[in-house]
Amino acid sequence: MDYKITQISVFIENKKGRFYNVTKILKENNINIRALNLADTNDFGILRFCVDKPEAAYEALKKEHFIVKKNEILATLMEDRPGGLMDLLKIVNEADLNIEYVYTFVNAKDSHAVILFKFESIDEAYEKLKNKIHFLDQQYFMQN
Amino acid sequence: MFQPEFELLNRDQIEQLQLERLQKTIQYAYENVRAYKEKLNSVKIKPQDIKSLDDIVKLPFTTKEDFRQNYPYGMFALNVKSLARIHASSGTTGKSTIVGYTKKDLDTWSNLVARLAACAGVCSDDIVHIAFGYGLFTGGFGLHYGLEKLGATVIPVSSGNTKRQIQLIMDLKPTVLVSTPSYALHIAESLKKEGVRQNDISLRIGLFGAEPWSDQMRKKLQQSLPIKAYDNYGLSEVMGPGVSAECIYQNGMHVFEDHFYAEIVDSKTLTPVKDGEYGELVITTLTKEALPVIRYRTKDITKLDKSKCACGRHMARISKPIGRSDDMIIIRGVNVFPTQIEEALFNIEGVMSAYQIVLEREKALDKATLLVEVNENIFFDEMKQQRLMLEKIKHELKTILGIELEVKLVEPYSLELSVGKAKRVIDKRNLYI
Repeated sequence: MDYKITQISVFIENKKGRFYNVTKILKENNINIRALNLADTNDFGILRFCVDKPEAAYEALKKEHFIVKKNEILATLMEDRPGGLMDLLKIVNEADLNIEYVYTFVNAKDSHAVILFKFESIDEAYEKLKNKIHFLDQQYFMQN
Repeated sequence: MFQPEFELLNRDQIEQLQLERLQKTIQYAYENVRAYKEKLNSVKIKPQDIKSLDDIVKLPFTTKEDFRQNYPYGMFALNVKSLARIHASSGTTGKSTIVGYTKKDLDTWSNLVARLAACAGVCSDDIVHIAFGYGLFTGGFGLHYGLEKLGATVIPVSSGNTKRQIQLIMDLKPTVLVSTPSYALHIAESLKKEGVRQNDISLRIGLFGAEPWSDQMRKKLQQSLPIKAYDNYGLSEVMGPGVSAECIYQNGMHVFEDHFYAEIVDSKTLTPVKDGEYGELVITTLTKEALPVIRYRTKDITKLDKSKCACGRHMARISKPIGRSDDMIIIRGVNVFPTQIEEALFNIEGVMSAYQIVLEREKALDKATLLVEVNENIFFDEMKQQRLMLEKIKHELKTILGIELEVKLVEPYSLELSVGKAKRVIDKRNLYI
């Protein structure tokens, strides 16, 4: 089972309509966004997302001259209750791991939240956490 | 007037003196500078072929490239040991032009700067605050010794630390300010912010140079400080400040023609233009010992007015340069060529991509932003790495250009192209409106 989730990162200039354009391209290619995060600096944003068809999303955006990168992240389920995140971070903390960034979304269907982690080293993080945390696989993001 | 015996010569007298000195200079350069000997030989011209001022067009031009090829001392007519001082052009790259002066050259230079200041009404009673940098740049020391020669009281404040500049202006009550025009405006705004009223400012004259500025800027300066703002022009390859300066009529800068021969040529055909037409300024030095310069292409586009001025001088006036014949830009007084930016980007692996420089005036200071089209090599998913890359680009630019630029990443294909050729510079500073 592959625990590495392919995430797509897109460079987005702080200009009207650019974010919209990305979503439009995804729609035209029938790609579903499952989780998304838009981080901004003064001048540009980094749009990160997980989709049901990462390869197709990557190719489609590249074709439209967007600067796109594929990265690998880890994803896990978390109970949707007070302290859910804290419990999870406690484990990460005890494993002495540094998180680059995190984003999350709540899956209304099964009352769980999905949390996505970017660690400095995905392999190291996985090794240290695999017995304590159940990581989702790519399959999870492919089902609608 | 500091040297009326020269400054008041009429056109005939000026031209007679110029011809004598030109012939001497050509002979001197031919005998003492191999580069000139080779240049003249290559067009089969001997110094004695220069029989009138018009014959000067027979001589080859000198460009910055000549200085580069003969770096550091190849253009000098004298051994370095005979020099009293060495300066370098304001370009802060390793390739900047080295210039030098004998004792006599320094004396001439001081006289010319004293003229420059006297032209604007500065006299021996004045207290002068010099906010030009002291160092290799010819502005600081050039103005300093000239003003001392004039008999003024000089405060060598140097550049930077605006707070201290303001303090000294308030405490020492200088009557003349020497700086770049943009820095003067910055000082004016800082004074205003401190709540200082015009009546409490002792300044009466501003001598501004080292960067191009407009009449709009003059108005603004004269409104925000109780001064009359005067322009002057010079370049280190020729001497430094003191080549030409505005008189109190503020109607063009008098070229001190007893020491410099000025021509205006069409920058494409390199042939002389008619009097009063715009073209590239070409200067020949007439009295320099250490570094005689024959037909130096300044690349500055201006025009010459040889009519007598209301101040009594017949010495020709150049108008404020309206642009450059090459792609050089001046940012905060520093010369920058787009090719240098290219070099900096090229030095960082994977960065080389389309770029554009946007120049703006922010609070009277130049602000330069480099827009770089992003590519996969310089886009990172992590902010930390992204910031490091931007810092790396900035650092490389600083190393090569000597000044800091803001760096902004933009999307591919987003930079404006003009007729297929990349438009490298967008100047929004409105200097010439």
